[in-house]
Amino acid sequence: MTGSVDPVIINITVFVLAVFVGYHVVWNVTPALHTPLMSVTNAISSVIMVGAILASGAGTASVAGMLGAVAVALVAINTFGGFMVSHRMLAMFRKKDDANRK
Amino acid sequence: MTANQIAISYLVASVLFILALRDLAHPRTARRGNVFGIVGMAMAVATTLAVTRRIDIPLAMMAGGGIVGIAIARRVQMTQMPELVAAMHSLVGVAAVMIAVAILNDPLAFDLPYPIPRGNRVELFIGTVVGAITFSGSVVAFGKLAGLGRYGRIFSSAPVTYPGQHWINLALALVMIYYGVLFVNEIPGQQWPAFMYMTAVAFLLGVLIIIPIGGADMPVVISMLNSYSGWAAAGIGFSLNNSMLIIAGSLVGSSGAILSYIMCRAMNRSFFSVILGGFGGAEGTAAKGAGQRTVKSGSAEDVAFLLGNAESVIIVPGYGLAVGRAQHAVKEMAQKLTAKGVNVRYAIHPVAGRMPGHMNVLLAEAEVPYDQVLEMEDINSDFGSTDVAFVLGANDVVNPLAEQPGSPIYGMPILEAHKARTVLVNKRSMAAGYAGIDNPLFYMDRTMMVFGDAKKVVEDIVKALD
Repeated sequence: MTGSVDPVIINITVFVLAVFVGYHVVWNVTPALHTPLMSVTNAISSVIMVGAILASGAGTASVAGMLGAVAVALVAINTFGGFMVSHRMLAMFRKKDDANRK
Repeated sequence: MTANQIAISYLVASVLFILALRDLAHPRTARRGNVFGIVGMAMAVATTLAVTRRIDIPLAMMAGGGIVGIAIARRVQMTQMPELVAAMHSLVGVAAVMIAVAILNDPLAFDLPYPIPRGNRVELFIGTVVGAITFSGSVVAFGKLAGLGRYGRIFSSAPVTYPGQHWINLALALVMIYYGVLFVNEIPGQQWPAFMYMTAVAFLLGVLIIIPIGGADMPVVISMLNSYSGWAAAGIGFSLNNSMLIIAGSLVGSSGAILSYIMCRAMNRSFFSVILGGFGGAEGTAAKGAGQRTVKSGSAEDVAFLLGNAESVIIVPGYGLAVGRAQHAVKEMAQKLTAKGVNVRYAIHPVAGRMPGHMNVLLAEAEVPYDQVLEMEDINSDFGSTDVAFVLGANDVVNPLAEQPGSPIYGMPILEAHKARTVLVNKRSMAAGYAGIDNPLFYMDRTMMVFGDAKKVVEDIVKALD
């Protein structure tokens, strides 16, 4: 074996493993929490902001920088809004005993 | 920070995202899961800010977006969750496209070589078109969910169909791939035109694949777009050789795919028949032959009497309950009954609501304890030994025709409310459900109908129970 592994192959390795992890973890989520699951995963997908931050580093003089800055603002709505609304929903789920104690 | 430190920091963030999803398995741990997600996101963003060329612009933009996000999250009604989620999917989609344009415009800002290697261009193509389809598809889905049909037919909850629809979509997909191939092979001077044509076609395709899907299938659409938004993020992660983005995107992508599968199974429809659409438009049309058969109907007082004298009651809530904002009244009724020693539980069908798990959230909002709320598989065997099944605003999900070969909904898993000793059904009228077929449950000897608005009826029952 000679040479180093192409980054594409490393990416595919990570991808395949992550899909497996996702598959097994998500099947364990109780159906009652599928709506919060969706809002949490939605907030997590806003990690694409990482790319937007890098682009905005190019400065407002360039197309890349401008697009990056706008993209940061747009996905920040998801990040903050997604986790916030998930928190609101999850706080509503209470057991019988907790509900009576209130 | 060195490249290794950045990679380790991103790895920790990835693990936190996995823990976030793991903890959503149970309501007891779910809040901790959300915190894991927040910490993971904070780490990912902080690490990136530490390495980017300037941080003032992203911080200011983040603050602006964050304020808007928090304001929306605090105000949104729980019945509006599907619209909110659809709107948020569209943001991830459009951001993916914008980042792809930025990568192409200035690869050096992302530490990518110039010209961009062929492998990364393939990934860029995938990330861009999936992002574009996610964006325009989610905008249409948002319009359908928010009832914006009066602003344009594409937002109508009725399916929009025309001859040759699927062939046109297929042709457009081929055109999109053709330009994608041109883009990947980088014919000199053609990079931008090819990129722009493929992106434009992807935007159009996103609209065209969602318009034929009817209102009843929205839980599948919204799960599918959830999945797409994850794959778009993963695609951008591929182009940037960023493992964390790939991991987070894949988690979201597989989560959405599983939810789509669960929703399709709950409606006994194949994924492709939902995608190809044209179903679920005939809302509210009177059921065939409804006039010829007689139903027994009663008043709220009759219902209160039957419920009060039962030992066990199972409430079957449908989306009609949420539309009528009757959850709080139902909870009050359940409390009154519990105080009388009646065992009250709720049975939830997976598609009761407009997105997966929607009904559970609506009941939780009304402070119904989650241990009284049971899933279909857990409660179906109990209907036979239950005194009263009270169906509120549900129709197709309790239709016994689903057990008869030859019926249009044959094979769809249903809540077996018809097996209860007495069945009470609240509906506004005798109109058929989404599936547009009659429901024999309503004509059974053991069934009593109580017509009227769900909230009004339940409030009258609460009064009569005193």
